[in-house]
Amino acid sequence: MRRFWNSFKRAGLPAHIGIVIILIYLIAAVFAPWLAPYGESEVVDPVPWASPSESGTLLGLDQLGRDLYTRVLYGARNTIALALGITCLAFFMGMVAGFFAATVGRWVDHLLSRCVDIIMAFPTLFFALIALSIFGTSIPVMVFVIATLDATRVYRISRALAMDINVMEYVEVARLRGEGLWWIMRREILPNTLTPLLAEFGLRFCFVFLFISSLSFLGIGIQPPAADWGAMVRENGVAITYGIFTPLVPAAAIAVLTIAVNLVVDWFLRKTAGLREEY
Amino acid sequence: MGLTRLIVNRFLFGLITLLAITLLISLALEALPGDFAEQRLGQSATPETIAAIREQLGLNKPVLVRYAEWLGNFLQGDMGISLSNSRPVAELLATRLGNTLFLAVASAIVAVPLALFLGIVAALYRESLLDKMISTITLAAISLPEFFIGYMLVALLAVNWQLFPAISSISDSMSLGEKIYASLLPIATLTFVIVAHMMRMTRAAIINLLQSPFIEMATLKGLKRSRIIVRHALPNALSPIINVIVLNLAYLVVGVVVVEVVFIYPGLGLLMIDSVTSRDLPIVQACILIFGATYITLNMLADILAIICNPRMRHPR
Amino acid sequence: MNPKYHLEQAYKEGTISRREFLQRSALIGATVAVPGAMMAGAAKAEMKRGGVLRLGMGGGSTTDTIDPGTHTDSVGITIERSMRSYLTEVSPSGELIGEVAASWESKPGATDWTFELRNDIEFHDGQKLTANDVIYSINHHIREGSTSAVAGQMGKISEMKADGDHVLHITLSEGNADFPWLISDYHVSIFPENGGWETGVGSGPFSLVNYEPGVRAELKRNDNYFKEGRPYFDGLEVTVIADAAARDNALKTGQVDATNRVSQRTALLLDKAPGVSVHKVVGTKHYTVPMLTNIPPFDNVKVRQALRLAVDREALLKTVLGGHGEIGNDLPIGRRQEFYNTELPQREYDPDQAAFLLKEAGMSGLSVELSAADTAFDGAIDAAVLYAEHAKAAGINVNVIRESNDGYWSNVWQQKPWVMCYWSGRPTQDWMWTIAYEVGGAWNDNNWNNESFQSLLKQARVEVDPAKRKDMYWEMQRLHWEEGGTVVPLFAADLMGVSNKIQLPEVIGSDWELDGQRCSERWSFA
Repeated sequence: MRRFWNSFKRAGLPAHIGIVIILIYLIAAVFAPWLAPYGESEVVDPVPWASPSESGTLLGLDQLGRDLYTRVLYGARNTIALALGITCLAFFMGMVAGFFAATVGRWVDHLLSRCVDIIMAFPTLFFALIALSIFGTSIPVMVFVIATLDATRVYRISRALAMDINVMEYVEVARLRGEGLWWIMRREILPNTLTPLLAEFGLRFCFVFLFISSLSFLGIGIQPPAADWGAMVRENGVAITYGIFTPLVPAAAIAVLTIAVNLVVDWFLRKTAGLREEY
Repeated sequence: MGLTRLIVNRFLFGLITLLAITLLISLALEALPGDFAEQRLGQSATPETIAAIREQLGLNKPVLVRYAEWLGNFLQGDMGISLSNSRPVAELLATRLGNTLFLAVASAIVAVPLALFLGIVAALYRESLLDKMISTITLAAISLPEFFIGYMLVALLAVNWQLFPAISSISDSMSLGEKIYASLLPIATLTFVIVAHMMRMTRAAIINLLQSPFIEMATLKGLKRSRIIVRHALPNALSPIINVIVLNLAYLVVGVVVVEVVFIYPGLGLLMIDSVTSRDLPIVQACILIFGATYITLNMLADILAIICNPRMRHPR
Repeated sequence: MNPKYHLEQAYKEGTISRREFLQRSALIGATVAVPGAMMAGAAKAEMKRGGVLRLGMGGGSTTDTIDPGTHTDSVGITIERSMRSYLTEVSPSGELIGEVAASWESKPGATDWTFELRNDIEFHDGQKLTANDVIYSINHHIREGSTSAVAGQMGKISEMKADGDHVLHITLSEGNADFPWLISDYHVSIFPENGGWETGVGSGPFSLVNYEPGVRAELKRNDNYFKEGRPYFDGLEVTVIADAAARDNALKTGQVDATNRVSQRTALLLDKAPGVSVHKVVGTKHYTVPMLTNIPPFDNVKVRQALRLAVDREALLKTVLGGHGEIGNDLPIGRRQEFYNTELPQREYDPDQAAFLLKEAGMSGLSVELSAADTAFDGAIDAAVLYAEHAKAAGINVNVIRESNDGYWSNVWQQKPWVMCYWSGRPTQDWMWTIAYEVGGAWNDNNWNNESFQSLLKQARVEVDPAKRKDMYWEMQRLHWEEGGTVVPLFAADLMGVSNKIQLPEVIGSDWELDGQRCSERWSFA
């Protein structure tokens, strides 16, 4: 803990900014019900996109006349939880499969890689669109479908990284010692591939917002009235062409979080770069 | 493994993958609620008319039988006819594919050089204010949804300043110049979307190489930084850069449906969405084949180029 | 002139704010009897020849065809109405007038019909239009194995016979006094026997030059059109624009001259844009919440009444439609339609009465499921959520089930006991009641089997005396209002965006969109 704190102090301004922003987001997400002046789907005044001065609210109203500030706060909650859930599941699936393929090799590797190739050959949006239409757009289905798509990318990276580690002498030694597959994956491969995977985690995490917002653009996404930034950008996007800048707020929320996460990821990469020679 | 053998190998696996995705899409369409007849009639469906449509189009046969028939015809070069309007799929597809490729090529011509240039500049002036600005702006660009960028460009350039058309409904009767003018906004949108990704990878790959011994040697020899980067670092950093460029090219063909919707650009993505909605299987099959083949071919190309750029990879340990 | 019109004028001129406008128009809202066309153009329309009308339309798909039996959406219908003609036509003010038919009559009982056709009509390819072509065209829908969407509706035709080139006898297996209305349906267009529908040849105001389904269509003027002076435009270009925002932009930048389906949310903003105005038409389009009345608890009339009392229609109108429409009175009949029962009181939101009725039925604390998807209508899920919120006050627990958009009409509607639904409405009472409320009808979504209602429906259908028909329809509406299984909370307005370069006629049709989908022959450039 102290070591972490020390390195954090030396991390430099960008990383500090990143971490502060992320903390603010987390606070907003956790305390949304207490911070928000209105209910999540409460209609303040049915005037679409009323300006702050017209409606007496902080950021104005959205397309149904709900308080935008409230929606952004609740959006933080739903969006971050969803994105985090999806990304974690994707990394779990992708890494386990990738490490497994790399350590066992032969036909297991072949089979998994071919399956991943097949999924990747589908255009992602269509894959999600069709899968969500078949299984319904409930949150668990959505998490699973998007996680599966992301997992294919994670699989590729983790397999490639694990391949390199797998031929190292210390892995051979562990194998001769009679350690199990799971042990090797967890104790030898995981720690040595963590850094590049973390960088990927940051990027993937941010892409999830965009993916959800593209899905909701095509009519499938988080179901209303739950607030979600991606869907909010979609629902309010029309207003932009009328010179109303309400949709900028959720879009900016996504952009700022993306930048913050990447600042922290950059710091992480630099911090751990010294540990190993490559990556 | 020799280069030829690798290509043959990848080619065969590519074919198997294509076979698998067409079969999967058939099954998936079957699993979707509502079939072609029900989707076509919507609220006005009656049991009799649904039965009549199924009978007329042979939709009563089991899905695997229909798939086998489709495959048989396809292998003889016949892509079938659309269920909805009985037009040959090949003919329907030709225009749309042409439009999609036009947009992809035009966007790539703008975006790839721009990304390389920005990436090299950022690497050259690493950690400077310029680098940070480029990085932040590109990051922000990545984090905005495509349709949002599209709407912003329309709001500014089409509605406010009336410079470009708001919709890009191009047609065959237009000249190349007219087509380019009509497509400027979608091209700009796509450029925004893909430049960031490619630029970041270019920068990272070059910076990564700058730390390697042979570059340090060159530096010690007193060569100019720009010369080092362009002459020494860039060629050796090519393979990750090519990889990310190729991935983005694939995206330009396969993943631009949202931009097509925003600008009413008559490309393959819109056709595929409509056809999935109406369960018009022959068209969906053809689209998915094109998308799959594009992805597989470009990936293969990336791997082959990587090997050519880096002979060491041809002989792994 | 009505207060709402004044309000909208005031808003357009900028003397009141958007917020003020919305609040004040909500106040007068649906209590004002709004004429068919709300913001119709100039008082005196002078039509000019020339120019190409460019439409930007939602409601088209790459799977559209020119087979008249397949149309389900706006683009296909507009093209159909522009290139082919019909026996009869619903006029902008809502009466039935002849198009290809010059006159028609029936024997008592309304089973035997005789149509006299105009003798001066030629198809685009120069052939004369004869009674045989009409028979051939109608046969397309009713022949064995027909895949037409109106196969059922037209199925009552038992015999068709031509008497010379211009007289047509049609015999129905069951009498129907509204038969001439039925054949004004957008599916039942006329094409030549020699050529068929495949050639796209018709006798409409325009002929098809180029058609890329789901993308665009190009039509040119039929100089030989049988209506004097029409059409006013030299040509028609339809661009399919699925995205509402893109339609707005195309209109604002002058890339199209008119659009359909302006989003209720942007209607006022678009109206304020220079050179463009938004026109609003309230017709027969209504949103319904049908219950399957043979399934408990909906078989209990008190439950049905309670659920009808448990929704705040004004609030739905404001949020779901942005005020662009009228509240419904649990009747699928528009307020301005013939034989509308004007004596039934408007049903209001009354949670106490609802709770009381449930208590009487021994069903206090009722819990029901309401299925919804936005396929039913834009905002159906929002509407269901609001409904549930309102019903809470009556102690009713409404569970909103979000259904998948795909397959909604086959797997949810008519299958689940309580769902969200929309109807574009029909121009006559008999037509509307028959398709959705007659027992055994293919699209019956409520199974409400009230004996006197059903027998009145059959009697009124063959009755030709208007006074007697009125009494029957009033009684049917009363029965449905009291005991029926369908909640009709809203009538939705159609909103269209029109460039100021376009000259609109004095009255705009309210059946379907864009002036009854006949804007290409009714409008002109100013």
